[in-house]
Amino acid sequence: MNLTLHVWRQKGPQDIGKLESYQAKNISEDQSFLEMLDDVNEDLIKSGKDPIAFDHDCREGICGMCSQVINGKPHGGQERTTVCQLHMREFNDGDEIFIEPWRAKAFPIHKDLIVDRSALEVIMQAGGFTSCHTGGVPDGNALLVPKPVADYAMDAAECIGCGACVAGCPNSSAMLYTSAKVAQLAVLPQGKAEAKARVKNMTDALMEEGFGNCTNHYECQAACPKGINVKFIATLNREYLKSLC
Amino acid sequence: MILDGKAPTGPIENSWDKHRFDMKLVNPSNKRKYKILVVGTGLAGGAGAASLGELGYNVEAFCYQDSARRAHSIAAQGGINAAKAYPNDGDSIRRLFYDTIKGGDFRAREADVWRLAQVSNNIIDQCVAQGVPFARDYAGYLDNRSFGGAQVSRTFYARGQTGQQLLLGAYSALSRQVKAGTVKLHPRTEMLDLVVVDGVAKGITVRNLITGQIESHWGDAVILATGGYVNVFYLSTNAMGCSVTATWKAARKGAFFANPCYTQIHPTCIPQHGDKQSKLTLMSESLRNDGRCWVPKVAEDCDKAPGDVPEEARDYYLERKYPSFGNLAPRDIASRAAKEQCDEGRGVGPGKRGVYLDFQSAIDRVGEDTIRERYGNLFEMYEKITAEDGYKRPMRIYPAPHYAMGGLWVDYHLMSNVPGLFVAGEANFSVHGANRLGASALMQGLADGYFVLPYTVSNYLAGVKPGEVKDDNAEFKKSAEEVEAQISKLLNIKGKKTVSELHRELGKVMWEDVGMARSEASLTHALKRIPEIRDEFWKNCNVTGSAGELNQQLENAGRLADFLEFGELLAKDALHREESCGGHFRVEHQTADHEAMRDDENFTYVGAWEFKGAGNEPELHKEPLKFENVKLAVRSYK
Repeated sequence: MNLTLHVWRQKGPQDIGKLESYQAKNISEDQSFLEMLDDVNEDLIKSGKDPIAFDHDCREGICGMCSQVINGKPHGGQERTTVCQLHMREFNDGDEIFIEPWRAKAFPIHKDLIVDRSALEVIMQAGGFTSCHTGGVPDGNALLVPKPVADYAMDAAECIGCGACVAGCPNSSAMLYTSAKVAQLAVLPQGKAEAKARVKNMTDALMEEGFGNCTNHYECQAACPKGINVKFIATLNREYLKSLC
Repeated sequence: MILDGKAPTGPIENSWDKHRFDMKLVNPSNKRKYKILVVGTGLAGGAGAASLGELGYNVEAFCYQDSARRAHSIAAQGGINAAKAYPNDGDSIRRLFYDTIKGGDFRAREADVWRLAQVSNNIIDQCVAQGVPFARDYAGYLDNRSFGGAQVSRTFYARGQTGQQLLLGAYSALSRQVKAGTVKLHPRTEMLDLVVVDGVAKGITVRNLITGQIESHWGDAVILATGGYVNVFYLSTNAMGCSVTATWKAARKGAFFANPCYTQIHPTCIPQHGDKQSKLTLMSESLRNDGRCWVPKVAEDCDKAPGDVPEEARDYYLERKYPSFGNLAPRDIASRAAKEQCDEGRGVGPGKRGVYLDFQSAIDRVGEDTIRERYGNLFEMYEKITAEDGYKRPMRIYPAPHYAMGGLWVDYHLMSNVPGLFVAGEANFSVHGANRLGASALMQGLADGYFVLPYTVSNYLAGVKPGEVKDDNAEFKKSAEEVEAQISKLLNIKGKKTVSELHRELGKVMWEDVGMARSEASLTHALKRIPEIRDEFWKNCNVTGSAGELNQQLENAGRLADFLEFGELLAKDALHREESCGGHFRVEHQTADHEAMRDDENFTYVGAWEFKGAGNEPELHKEPLKFENVKLAVRSYK
């Protein structure tokens, strides 16, 4: 198939940036979206132009590196799918495709489609852990975690930290991201001891880093490639209230 | 030179405990005076940096990704082994030790493997304490599953995302240390040289991938945890950024590269769909718990839909060849068996390079819901890539390069022959011998990071004056100049071919001549072709952009330049090892029924190569392997 791409090009954080159009020719439906971009880049290099810079790494939907808004939707809008797992059979010959970076105040653009997500790191450093020292911990079976609780924690822990929730949110909120870690650790016995401090420190960091607040649009859940549920935001809010008591 | 692994002597059961007591310690108040550089933040690097930070050392950690959480350890799906013996099925530290030695085809160092099996249990406890949501039963106890090469259930798992969850555990410990101020992170930073001062590792030279700036960092010890090198095959299950660069730069500075020919080709990957493919996708070996591998008995049936091939016309070749392990035969054996069926013309799918992995009998036995619960995310992934429903139609799979058992040579302390340079996880050669068993990579990464490096690095630092060499030393300037010269050389080739075109050419030679089956003729051919491609790269590659900016073409070109030197060493090692063992299969050395034939008399050693300059013959050093606790035997899974 042949496609017309409109891709956000921006040399650096200070550059204004604009959409530029390219042709993607002879694309097979078995190619992934990123392999289609690889093809376009090969053509750009051969014609002496600067290839499109985009983040990617594992190309199997788990590392969270890839980050593109395709036709207005983070990761392209296919349910539970990262850009790297999006395949060209989802598109038709002659389609026009708009490709942009994550857009949020907390995610400055490095170049083209590559953004700086270090604000997400700061939230994790503020409290996304249990303070256990290496060694000196009890046997794994000393703490019983019934299956429904383990499953709930696992549902939350699936977050790959890509930032699609922020890109999809009209407020650029990182509430789903933060809540997934808060909820995972709040429900497990090994995380309960620090639950109060954790939720406070992580939400403080969330606000300091320039993310907006949650106003229940649920766009984050729709954008999330791992299907993280907004129920975890409710858990975060409950944990936050509990921390005030 | 005969290398000494410095493994402790005496009864193996007590070897690590005794050795831990014998090692020197650093006084708590002196620890903060030492600076340790950790390159790579996967399971080994992330766990190591966090644990050393907790001890009070001043740690700086480097990764090329934008976050420590994205290292490729994250892609491991199936699980992590430990000798907990929770199911009461006869497991023990000794059995895990034995299975690992045997699985590695008797080419690993006994004491290292024993230590790995021993600390495996601590790893599970540590991860649980961090909040890793391992699978549990309704009573709350940890659940286990089986994996290839073992007859016990010792694999702990977190859905199909075990690597991710374990890495997030290490990442959370690391984040805690960043907050505490003991660890400083350098994301989007790539190591491009090791700085050696008077024969001792004292720092690294890196490139900031955002600004392009070349920086020098000094450290009292340097730890490389930079993963494996199977992207030398171009198409592999590794992430796009995985490369040999860090370890190869260290090799160029004198660290010996051990057993590079031991590469693992994983049996259950999604077959290649076309020549524009950029990587291959693995599906967890745990699928072989319930999936049955088969091909049609006769080639004429290969074009039929799988449902039209009746039961009696199917060849469940793993069950036929290896009745006692069946579909759970180890990876090297399962991969070769798949290739053998396809070579006989009985492969299925495009190009006839595929075999079926069929879940029908498991679905009939336990129901589709149970299968969905066990492997749902893998079926989903399969469908996204192939547009086929694995519940309705057998999956098609084919082997793909996956893991490197070889790596930089290290002694029992995980220290290379360059003092001060430690190597952990997949980047070293130590415990998997010639073949790694499933669910053992996660175990090794975390064992090295949490429970080995904190002791052995301390032991080394106890004899080092902190901050004795800093980045004002002339070697740092020299190293930075070399790195800058290489970058400018790359940018000035201005040829016609792109980096990925040349990488594909290298990959094709590596896969066809140095892949699953190697012969003297194929290896000789590879040794002729690789230098030709390397010459073409330096004459005709087109690296666009400039040095002082975010430049992904430049990053890839630098990595390919190293693969083009390293690939030759891999082929040389394969040519010199006149035997078949584990992942290294020489067609000249096989039994009548096509099983690998070892030559214990002549090759029971680690082959560690010393770099002597590009284009020059490397020098082989040997570490003889002694087996005192396991009897060398033909590795049989029949």
